[in-house]
Amino acid sequence: MEISFRDMITVLHGMGFGVLFMLAFSGAIGVIYATAMVGSQRPASGWHNTMFRFYLISMAALAWLATLSGAYVIYPWYRAVPPAGTTDFSGYPRRLLLSSPLTAGWHDLGMEWKEHIAWFTPIAMTMVAYVFIKYGPQLALHRQMRNAVLSFTAVAFFATAVAGVFGAFLNKYAPVRGGPEIILFQDR
Amino acid sequence: MAERPDSLPNGSGAAAILAAAIGSFALGVFAFAGDAVPAVGRAFVFWPPTGALSGVTTTAIAVWLVAWVGLSRRWAPRDINLVRVNVASGSMLIAALLLTFPPFMDLLQGK
Repeated sequence: MEISFRDMITVLHGMGFGVLFMLAFSGAIGVIYATAMVGSQRPASGWHNTMFRFYLISMAALAWLATLSGAYVIYPWYRAVPPAGTTDFSGYPRRLLLSSPLTAGWHDLGMEWKEHIAWFTPIAMTMVAYVFIKYGPQLALHRQMRNAVLSFTAVAFFATAVAGVFGAFLNKYAPVRGGPEIILFQDR
Repeated sequence: MAERPDSLPNGSGAAAILAAAIGSFALGVFAFAGDAVPAVGRAFVFWPPTGALSGVTTTAIAVWLVAWVGLSRRWAPRDINLVRVNVASGSMLIAALLLTFPPFMDLLQGK
């Protein structure tokens, strides 16, 4: 059982950083909401706050890793230009998608949207992490700030969902493949 | 405006929120400009393998960080009217989302 290097990096980008980030969302929204709603009425546990700060910083870090690896490692492989005369576009995903009107939309809508909207997530989550670290349970005293933090978190969720869904479909119709083969298991 | 007298000033949070919205809006504007004006698109090619995306995102991040530092310096010790900050941030965020949506970009360009 083997996997190409580019496949492995793509899996790390989407299934590693991206999915872990998506999984963390429900927890983040729940804890921000709970902290902001009741934070001033109960003594906050220092351990609880420290762990949640670490949780939000990890989410922001995952968002940056997913976005940067997508833009600066995988995207150049995706948009590689084939040499003149090439007829097999399997190593050139963008060109492969654009070669047929039936698949061109995956690039024109999917990749064109995904490559930009994904960047809202690390910006939003960095802000959310900063505000929570700065204010913590005091968010309960700042209703407007709590609303803004939850709204940006929701936008980050939407942006990640768009990027993730189109990423999965793009990789289905035009997988990013190539590079050295990595053997994961070998039959005896 | 302070929501409670015993709370931290909201200026730092307001600065972070508005700066994130400004950075997102800048990203939308730059993405649209790069798509609509070929010369701008070429100017945004900071790193050829990634194309215009490299310049669009790097410049937007620079705008976000500069806005954050600038607003923080002005607002950190104060209480700010967060309703106005939220309205401005929400408007910029919606505009940013629209400006990165390819059918909306095409509509604005009359394609």
